[in-house]
Amino acid sequence: MISTAELREAMKKLLGQQVGHRDLEEILRDIDLNGDGQVDFEEFVRMMSRGLFSVILMTWTVCTSEPLCWVVLSLSLWWTLLLVFIIVPSVAGISFGIRSLYMRALLQIFKWTSSQMEIRAKEKNEELYKPYSNGIIAKQPSLSLMQQQQQLRCCSSDCAFSDALFFSRRAVESIVDDEVTKCFSAQELENWNLLTRSNCRFRHISLRLTVLWGLGLLLRYCLLLPLRVALAVSGVPLLLVLTPLVSCLPDGALHSGLSEKVHIVCYGVFVRALTAIITYHHQENKPRDGGICVANHTTPIDIIILANDGCYSLVGQVHGGLMGLLQRALVKASSHIWFERSEAKDRHLVAKRLGDHVADKNKPPILIFPEGTCINNTSVMMFKKGSFEVGCSVYPVAIKYDPRFGDAFWNSSKCGIISYLLWTMSSWAIVCSVWYLPPMKREDGESAVDFSNRVKSAIAAQGGLVDLVWDGALKRSKVKDDLKKEQQKLYSKVLMFDRDLRNRNNI
Amino acid sequence: MGSRASTLLREEEIEEIKKETGFSHSQITRLYSRFTSLDKGENGTLSREDFQRIPELAINPLGDRIINAFFPESEDQVNFRGFMRTLAHFRPIEDNEKNKNAAPSEPLNSRTNKLLFAFRLYDLDRDDKISRDELLQVLRMMVGVNISDEQLGSIADRTIQEADTNGDSSISFNEFMKVLEKVDVEQKMSIRFLH
Repeated sequence: MISTAELREAMKKLLGQQVGHRDLEEILRDIDLNGDGQVDFEEFVRMMSRGLFSVILMTWTVCTSEPLCWVVLSLSLWWTLLLVFIIVPSVAGISFGIRSLYMRALLQIFKWTSSQMEIRAKEKNEELYKPYSNGIIAKQPSLSLMQQQQQLRCCSSDCAFSDALFFSRRAVESIVDDEVTKCFSAQELENWNLLTRSNCRFRHISLRLTVLWGLGLLLRYCLLLPLRVALAVSGVPLLLVLTPLVSCLPDGALHSGLSEKVHIVCYGVFVRALTAIITYHHQENKPRDGGICVANHTTPIDIIILANDGCYSLVGQVHGGLMGLLQRALVKASSHIWFERSEAKDRHLVAKRLGDHVADKNKPPILIFPEGTCINNTSVMMFKKGSFEVGCSVYPVAIKYDPRFGDAFWNSSKCGIISYLLWTMSSWAIVCSVWYLPPMKREDGESAVDFSNRVKSAIAAQGGLVDLVWDGALKRSKVKDDLKKEQQKLYSKVLMFDRDLRNRNNI
Repeated sequence: MGSRASTLLREEEIEEIKKETGFSHSQITRLYSRFTSLDKGENGTLSREDFQRIPELAINPLGDRIINAFFPESEDQVNFRGFMRTLAHFRPIEDNEKNKNAAPSEPLNSRTNKLLFAFRLYDLDRDDKISRDELLQVLRMMVGVNISDEQLGSIADRTIQEADTNGDSSISFNEFMKVLEKVDVEQKMSIRFLH
C-alpha cells in the first residue's frame, strides 16, 4: 500500500516546484479513487496505464523546452545546409562567385574608411601615419664590404676618432630601422582594415567608423567564424576516413583517379574553411613529377594553398597527436617523407631520402620551404642549401598574401597553431597570389649556395619581396660571431693602411 | 595573441618629448612604434638583450658601446624617454631652426653634445678623461684579434700624443673637441629623420 503522503513526497521530488499544492491534491484525488488515503494495487495499475500516455506527453513537453534539444536540432539542420551549399559545389567544381563579390565589397569599405581617417587627420592638423610611403629615416643603402672599406678610408684620414663617428652613426641607424627584426613580426598596413588587431593605435576616430567596426566584428565572429570552424571540423574527419578507404583499392587507374579526387575534395573544403581566395599564375610551369618545388614560407597554410592546385609530397618531422594522425593518413594516399627527430639532424640521410624520392619519376614533386621558418611575407631570407644539392630540377614558386584582408603570418613565438588558425578564421579572408616560375637547374661549376641565391632572387623579384642575405634562424638565435669578426678585420685593415701611410709620410 | 603594447603614448608625453628633444609629433609616434616592436617583454622598457637582437647592431664593432650609451648609470632598463633623449643626439643641426619652441638650454643635438656622446663612447669609467688603457680597450673592440698588442699600443700612444696638450697622458673633453675641430661632426653624426 502506498500512502498518499508518500506519493505526494515522490511527486514533489519528481516534478519539483513546478506542481502547485492544489494541482498535487487534484492529482492525488484522481488516483485515490476510494479516498481512503492509501493507493492499493488496483488503483496503482489504473494510474499507471492512464498515466503512461500523460507521461509520454510530459516527457515531450519537458524535452522541447530544454535548450539542449534545440541545439542538436539546429546543428543538424545547419550541417545539412553546409553540405548542400558549400561542400557539394566544391566537389563538383562549381563556384557561385560569392567570394570575389565579397572581396570587392570589402575593398570599397576599406577605401571609404581610409578617406574618413584622412579627413579626421586633416581636421586635427596631423599627418596620418603611413609606414611604407615614408620610412622613419633616409637610410644609407647597405654597402658591400669593399665600399665600406673605401668609405672608412676617406674619413679615417681626418683623425683617429672620426672612425668612431662612422660606426656610431651606422649603429644608431640600425637601432631605428633595420632589415631583419621587421621580418619577424606582422606587417603594418597603410590603411586600416577595420580589425583592431592590425591597428595598435586604435583611438576613437568617429562614430561611423566605430559602428562599422562593430558590425564587422559581429559579422566575423557570429557568422563567419562558426561557419569556417564547422567546415574545418568536417574536413578533417573526411580526410581521415576517405584516404584509408581509397588506399584499400588495388593499384591502378581507379586508385590514382579516386585518390586525386579525394585530395581535391579535402583541400577544397579546407580552402573554403579559410575563405582563401587564390589566384594561380603561369600554371604551365606547375611542378612536375620528379622535381623539387621550392617556395617562400609565411605560414603553414602555404601547404593548403599549394596542395589545392596539385599533389605534392611533403617533408617534415614526425609529430604526435592529431598532427601525427594526419601524417599517417596522408602517407596512405601518397608518398610523403616524414623524419624522426633524430634523423632530421643527419644531413646525409635527409639528402639520400630526397634523392631516392626524386629519382622515382612516378612520385609527386617534393614541396620544401628552404627558409626553414616563417617570415612575414615582406622579404625572402636565406635559403638553406640542402634541397639545392640534390641535382634535379627546382621549380620555384612565389606566394604573396594581400595583408589588407587578414594577416597570414604565423608568429610562432606569440601563439600556438590552434589559436593562429582561429585567428585566421576570424579575419576577413586570406587573399593570395601564387606564381609558378619556370624550372631552374644547377649550372656546371655553380655551387649549391650560389644556386640557392639565384632561385631566391627569382622568387623575390616575382613576388615583389625584398631579397635579404640574412638567415631566417636569426628569429630565435643570435647572429654568428663570424660576421662581427669580418667587420673587425675590415676595420683593422683600414687602420693598418692608415698607419703605414703615416709612417711613410713621416719618413 | 597579437597583443601590442596597450600603453598608448599620451598627448602630454608627446609634447614633453617634443620640447626636450626637438622631434616632431609624427616622428615621435613613429619612433614609439619602433620602440614597442623592439620591446619583446612588453613592459615599456628595453633591456640590453632587446638591442642585441638587432643583427646589424650585433655585428657593429662599437655595438656594445653604443648600447651602453642608452642606459643611464648602472641601470639595466631604458624607457621611451631615455631612448628618445639618446636618439636626439643624432638629429641634424639644421632641423633646429624649424623648431619654434626651442629649449632654453642647449639642444641635445648641438655640436658640443654630439661630441660629448662620442667622447663617452671612449670614456669607459665616466671620469671625464680618456686614459691610454680606455683607448686601447675601445680600439681592441674595433679591430678584434687582427692587430697585435704592440702595434695597437703604438697607435694608441700616437693618438694620445697628438691630442694631449697639457701633458697628463690622457685626453680631456676639451682636448677631444680640439682634435675634432676640423671634422664635419654635424654631417658625420646626423641621421636624416623623415617627417
